[in-house]
Amino acid sequence: MNKIVAKEFFSENVVRLEIEAPRIAKARRAGHFVIVKNGVDGERIPLTIAGSDPKKGTIDLVVQRVGVSSRKLTELNVGDEITDLVGPLGKATHVEKVGTVLACGGGVGVAPLLPIIEAFKLAGNRVITVLAARNKDLIILEEQVRKYSDEVVVMTDDGSYGNKGLVTEGMEMIINREKVDLSVVIGPAIMMKFASMTTKKHNIPTMASLNTIMVDGTGMCGACRVTVGGKVKFVCVDGPEFDAHQVDFDEMLLRLSGYKGIEKEAELNYLSKNCNAK
Amino acid sequence: MAVSPEFLKAEREQPWRVELRSKMKNKERTALTRVHMNEVDARERILSNIEVNQGLNQVQAMAEAQRCLDCPNPTCITGCPVEINIPKFIKHIECGNFADAAKTLKETSTLPAVCGRVCPQEKQCESQCFYTQKMNAEPVAIGYLERFAADWEQNSGQMAIPEQAPANGIKVGAIGSGPAGLTFAGEMAKKGYDVTVFEALHEIGGVLKYGIPEFRLPNRIVDVEIDVLKKMGVKFETNFVVGKTANVEDLQEEGYKAFFAGSGAGLPRFMEIPGENYIGILSSNEYLTRVNLMNAANPTTDTPIISGKRVAVIGGGNTAMDSVRTAKRLGAERAMIIYRRGMDEMPARVEEIKHAQEEGIEFLTLTNPVEYLADSQGRVSQVRVQKMGLGEPDASGRRRPEVIEGSEYLIDVDTVVVSVGVSPNPIVPDSLPDLKMTRWHTIEVNDDNLQSSIPFLFAGGDIVRGGATVILAMGDGRKAAAAMDEYLQKNQ
Ligand code: FES
Repeated sequence: MNKIVAKEFFSENVVRLEIEAPRIAKARRAGHFVIVKNGVDGERIPLTIAGSDPKKGTIDLVVQRVGVSSRKLTELNVGDEITDLVGPLGKATHVEKVGTVLACGGGVGVAPLLPIIEAFKLAGNRVITVLAARNKDLIILEEQVRKYSDEVVVMTDDGSYGNKGLVTEGMEMIINREKVDLSVVIGPAIMMKFASMTTKKHNIPTMASLNTIMVDGTGMCGACRVTVGGKVKFVCVDGPEFDAHQVDFDEMLLRLSGYKGIEKEAELNYLSKNCNAK
Repeated sequence: MAVSPEFLKAEREQPWRVELRSKMKNKERTALTRVHMNEVDARERILSNIEVNQGLNQVQAMAEAQRCLDCPNPTCITGCPVEINIPKFIKHIECGNFADAAKTLKETSTLPAVCGRVCPQEKQCESQCFYTQKMNAEPVAIGYLERFAADWEQNSGQMAIPEQAPANGIKVGAIGSGPAGLTFAGEMAKKGYDVTVFEALHEIGGVLKYGIPEFRLPNRIVDVEIDVLKKMGVKFETNFVVGKTANVEDLQEEGYKAFFAGSGAGLPRFMEIPGENYIGILSSNEYLTRVNLMNAANPTTDTPIISGKRVAVIGGGNTAMDSVRTAKRLGAERAMIIYRRGMDEMPARVEEIKHAQEEGIEFLTLTNPVEYLADSQGRVSQVRVQKMGLGEPDASGRRRPEVIEGSEYLIDVDTVVVSVGVSPNPIVPDSLPDLKMTRWHTIEVNDDNLQSSIPFLFAGGDIVRGGATVILAMGDGRKAAAAMDEYLQKNQ
């Protein structure tokens, strides 16, 4: 059992949970993720680790409400226990000194990006970060990102904060200004697709951290499979990071929609049940 | 490690066995006919997850036990990977001593109620039975009797806890809680070790829980056996991935002296044909895990499942049968097996195939998928298959399937379950750079004692064999325990 020791709302639908998990806090590196399942009837869902405190024995998870399972998680409070939490899973980010790193985070993708930025900064790189979201409320973890970035560019779709425009516009601005040696893009699949097209145009090596549907998270089921460079890869054991220019994002987008109908219905059911209860 | 013939002989000469043999002539015994398993009718059972085989009743079991001749040279035992003293337990049943029969099973088998259900006895003990070997007759129903005795004990509410040597305080770890790991844990606990089993998933039991469906092996049966292990002092750590949550070295620092890797064959294989990543195409591991472990078909759980009206399962093994029969129970109108060889070459158990046929499963044999087609949303809608003919036998001894040119046609489907095998799970090996692997990515072990290239690490089950049966995994767990014990005693 893993107790929730702190909870913070980043926005209406995005919550940070600090959870007791001493072993994971110690073992996790940038790039790792966990699988969470709450209650006997809960679903196993993958979540990225935004940070940890090995001394305190806690990890930080950022959860966005996208379905019943994530919604239920965000409804837990400090003191509640999560029944099942396993990790750290996946391969850790390969970090080295390359020069200038352009890190791009879209929406809650900033959460897994944060430890990666930190690691690249500590490895002696110049780090420029582009944070992108639909509006000001959805820009998260900006302060922490600033700590490990030499420069931060904020982009919002509606211009309510930072520059008005898409993530790719912010990226182009930097790329046209200076030499970038490596790019890291994390966010919704559609954002990663376009961000990686942008860097491809400029021949900048790019890695993307993929968040697919998962069940076990240990290579056992194949639910997480994606095509990378024409080969089938399992995100949970071969990834989650891959060469973004090799990833078939269109297929990934399609596969992500696999349970959309069922999930929407389940969420509506859940919400209406809750309303009736109140 | 074979049981010594002298020991078996001494057991056979015990007065009660001698007397029992004299009660009935062999001729009378062999004149009896083999018992039939009581089964739930196919039309009824496909409506739920009810267990298909209902077991024998006492009268049936005692009558079947009379068929066993209590041979002086019980060849059946040689067919059993965990060397159950078969005549002894059967003779206990014949006299109505069911508790002693169960106890006999437990002498060498950690999970008799499981084995009694899922072992391919027709290929093991029963294939070596005197009736099969010498009389060309139907073997004694060893598997049914095993299940009977184990169930009798489970239902009695008084599970015997096996005798244990005094605790020696030596900590050992099992990686994976499937049949290999559980057997290993039970054997080591008997020898007095302090055993912890590490399981990556949230439930103990490995493939027994996520893989084999309720209608063939109810979870509660597995849980009772696990409970016995707990009573023996075995500790379980769920949600613990050795190699990730902690490395073997970390655990050594915590005092673990040796490990047994029984982490199974993870990675499901796909055929790598066009369209295989469309929505609605999933591995049998994913399909069965969603249904069995996550209980996805139950509307009160949060895990979704897609199981359509026209389900094609690719493959001919037990997992394929489990998947296709599950699809039927989830409401498929057409549930089909697509298999590239013929009916005779199918690796699934005869009983599973028979049950599947009774349940209205369609068998498209000598048929091989070559491509999937999808609708505009990327959902699989059709599979293109080609017909195969059988050529000369290949390395496996089975006749090689050959493509019949121009035989392609389309089948409408909305769910496809790919069940064409698995590769070993890479997580444990990846975390141990010094570990020697085979070119099939299985852990290389010494065949005699299952020791790996890292002396304190033993391994067995699918991580070594690549894809075998529950009982072979159990045999490995037992063998590794004996070898590890010897290793640890020497290196104290
Ligand atoms: S989540 Fe099951 S294999 Fe990756």
